[in-house]
Amino acid sequence: MMYFSRLKTWMVIGACLLGVLFSVPNLVPAPGDFALWRTIHLGLDLRGGSYLLLEVDMAAVIKERLESLGDSARSTLRRAGVNQFVVSTQPAQNRLMVRLGDQTNQDKALAALRELATVSTTLPGARPDLDVSVTPEGPISVVLSPVALKERAGNAVQQSIEIVRRRIDETGVVDPQITRQGESRIVVQLPGVEDPNRIKQLLGKTARMTFRLTDETANPSNPTAPPGVEFLAMEGRGGGKIAVRRRVEVDGATLTDARAGQNNQTGEWVVNFTFNSEGTRRFAEISRNNVGHPFAIVLDDKVISAPVIREAITGGRGQISGSFDARSATDLAVLLRAGALPAPLTVVEERSVGPELGADAIRAGGIALACGFLLVMVYMAFFYGLFGWFANLALLANLFLMTAILSLMEATLTLPGMAGILLTLGMAVDYNILINERIREESHNGRTPLNAMEAGFQRAYSTIIDSSATAFLAHVMLFAFGAGPVRGFAVTITVGIVTSLFTATMLARLCMVRWYAAQRPSVLPV
Amino acid sequence: MFIRPMFRLVKDGTRINFMNGRFAGLIVSAILSTASIVLFFTPGLTLGIDFKGGIVIEARTPEPADIAKIRTAIAAQGVREAGVQRFGEVNSVAIRLDAPPTEAATQQLVGRVRAALEAAQPGTRLVRTDAVGASVSSELFHDGMMALGLSLLMILVYIWFRFEWQFAVGAVVTLVLDLTKAIGFLVLTHLEFDLVMVGAILTILGYSTNDKVVVYDRMRENLRKYKSMPLRELIDLSINETLNRTLGTSMTVFLASLPLALFGGTSLSAFAWCMLFGIVVGTSSSIFIAAPILLFLGEHRLRRDAVAPEAAKPVKQ
Repeated sequence: MMYFSRLKTWMVIGACLLGVLFSVPNLVPAPGDFALWRTIHLGLDLRGGSYLLLEVDMAAVIKERLESLGDSARSTLRRAGVNQFVVSTQPAQNRLMVRLGDQTNQDKALAALRELATVSTTLPGARPDLDVSVTPEGPISVVLSPVALKERAGNAVQQSIEIVRRRIDETGVVDPQITRQGESRIVVQLPGVEDPNRIKQLLGKTARMTFRLTDETANPSNPTAPPGVEFLAMEGRGGGKIAVRRRVEVDGATLTDARAGQNNQTGEWVVNFTFNSEGTRRFAEISRNNVGHPFAIVLDDKVISAPVIREAITGGRGQISGSFDARSATDLAVLLRAGALPAPLTVVEERSVGPELGADAIRAGGIALACGFLLVMVYMAFFYGLFGWFANLALLANLFLMTAILSLMEATLTLPGMAGILLTLGMAVDYNILINERIREESHNGRTPLNAMEAGFQRAYSTIIDSSATAFLAHVMLFAFGAGPVRGFAVTITVGIVTSLFTATMLARLCMVRWYAAQRPSVLPV
Repeated sequence: MFIRPMFRLVKDGTRINFMNGRFAGLIVSAILSTASIVLFFTPGLTLGIDFKGGIVIEARTPEPADIAKIRTAIAAQGVREAGVQRFGEVNSVAIRLDAPPTEAATQQLVGRVRAALEAAQPGTRLVRTDAVGASVSSELFHDGMMALGLSLLMILVYIWFRFEWQFAVGAVVTLVLDLTKAIGFLVLTHLEFDLVMVGAILTILGYSTNDKVVVYDRMRENLRKYKSMPLRELIDLSINETLNRTLGTSMTVFLASLPLALFGGTSLSAFAWCMLFGIVVGTSSSIFIAAPILLFLGEHRLRRDAVAPEAAKPVKQ
């Protein structure tokens, strides 16, 4: 126990020096591009910023899937020669019900509906994504398989993350972090953003833009719209409703660019956009066939404008004019450039901290940390003398090692994390206290100094292992189940337990051994 | 102070008969824990917004804050119960609102309050906004309780694995008693129970376990060393032998937490006060609760081999 080979001595010292070395990047700016020049990141509660937890509306994803499935069901059935039927969606059961007017067509209808199913190639044990069967009551049910649904939901979240990232990038926020959490949630962290209102507004819109024809024969003041037509509200000035065909002629996804600008003649704010080749072709075709008729530009179930087509538009460029000001035109351009979200997002948790509050927290935490550190050191010096100083040296090395490991992990330091560091320091000396008390006991039992130190370390070992293992387990649980800032606390404590074990048992022991070799005392100062 | 220690917490050779106070300890603990459980149901914990859901806004006004005006402005937003308080300096206000039933409504409310504040005192800045929707808060609560429960379980399993079962039961019963007292403390002091507090309670449990493990370790060692010593004496001896360590470690953790409680800022000082209370409770429960429980449970079982020599004693004399 009390013998250190030259190699082991240097390894212990080397580890401590590495600890100091890897702590340095936190204090000085990077002189160049080094891979290991890593620092601890400050959490948003310390540096100021906004944390948003978004939830993807999965019900909307399922509903939309069912609606598009319903459309395809209608057209396949018609193509198969089945004419009398009613298709209804039941989102709660993830299914579509098809009620046939003429039961003799049942086999034909079943065959046609089964063709709608696709067999996914990416999933193991490939099965069709639809389950078509006849219910005992008569109608045919088309059920979305849970596996396919899950895949679709996963894709929707993935796609949403991409769109959210693009939208936030457009706002010029530096270093945003967008990550997935669980099944249907997205965490957005925006350092330095004190007021996330604008970003919440940008994320709150699905921004699905469609170009559709209007139905001039329908009267929007009627209570129900004719089939294939819906009454949508007009945005801005006039208000009122307008009859728009459900069929989407050109989708906003075919836009390649959108920019806010001002109209040369009127000076009003507009959004100029450019289609890709498919969009250009479709738009040219529609406009050529509908000269003299109005078409509607629909954004999230609201009509932004419904201009009359004067001539065929073949250049693939267009302009949306509505009741825009500079801000709303810019925002719409951002939304169109970034693309539509597959489903609406809701903010379920928001935490924003201003930078000065974060700075206050760092100051308060720093002072508390320094005072706590000092108090513990003074205590150890008073109550354990020289061996207390060895413990203090170990404590200092511990602080560096913790900083180094947290830096290398690029861990995030939160306010509770600072409390974790302080508690670790308080508990780290526990190991030294255990050892010192044991050595003292053994020494009083009449052992020689070297013998007492040897026995002290040996006996204290099993206790140290037991006590650190329980603390370690408790905090691993906290990390696994805790959320947000508490995880920072759990991380600092678990790292701290490991480094404390090293410094208290190795470094403090090494100090004692070197001291003993130099002094050869006949009595231990305990 | 540089070479020799200057003080000792407890003199060497101290032999306090802690087990004489075993009934007193258990009774006091039972009373405190029962009272805490009563407090837990009425009036109950002050839940933080992490667990209750709701909105907390901290705003800084350009001039001294006009609390009455701000209160009216917020009340005009149709909020049922709004807490508006001065917070530290004269131009600092804290606003607390209950969570509307849906997440979307919560977000809308944040926007409306923001606008209302701006209208009441133009130039007001929101330096902190926490808005937690109803469903998220119940999830956070569930996860927090899960972490607490699993940690207790892990501790039980570990001690069971390393010691005899009497030790494990003794430790976990004591931990549960510690836990209830910590909850009673939170109710009485109105400290908010939030995620960070779950961290504090877990740390207290970890610390308390740590303390018990050290005393248990010594008991186990002494059980092997003094084959014929009655369990009661042996427990007293073990506690006395480890008393300097038990109190010493409590002191260092206490000293480390104290500055945090005094000037660690709002959220950390609540955490630290809970820690300080937990240190006192955890340390005393090692001596007055965990040890007596072990004595009751282990009176015959842990000393099975010892019965024979003891019975043989009179014959020898």
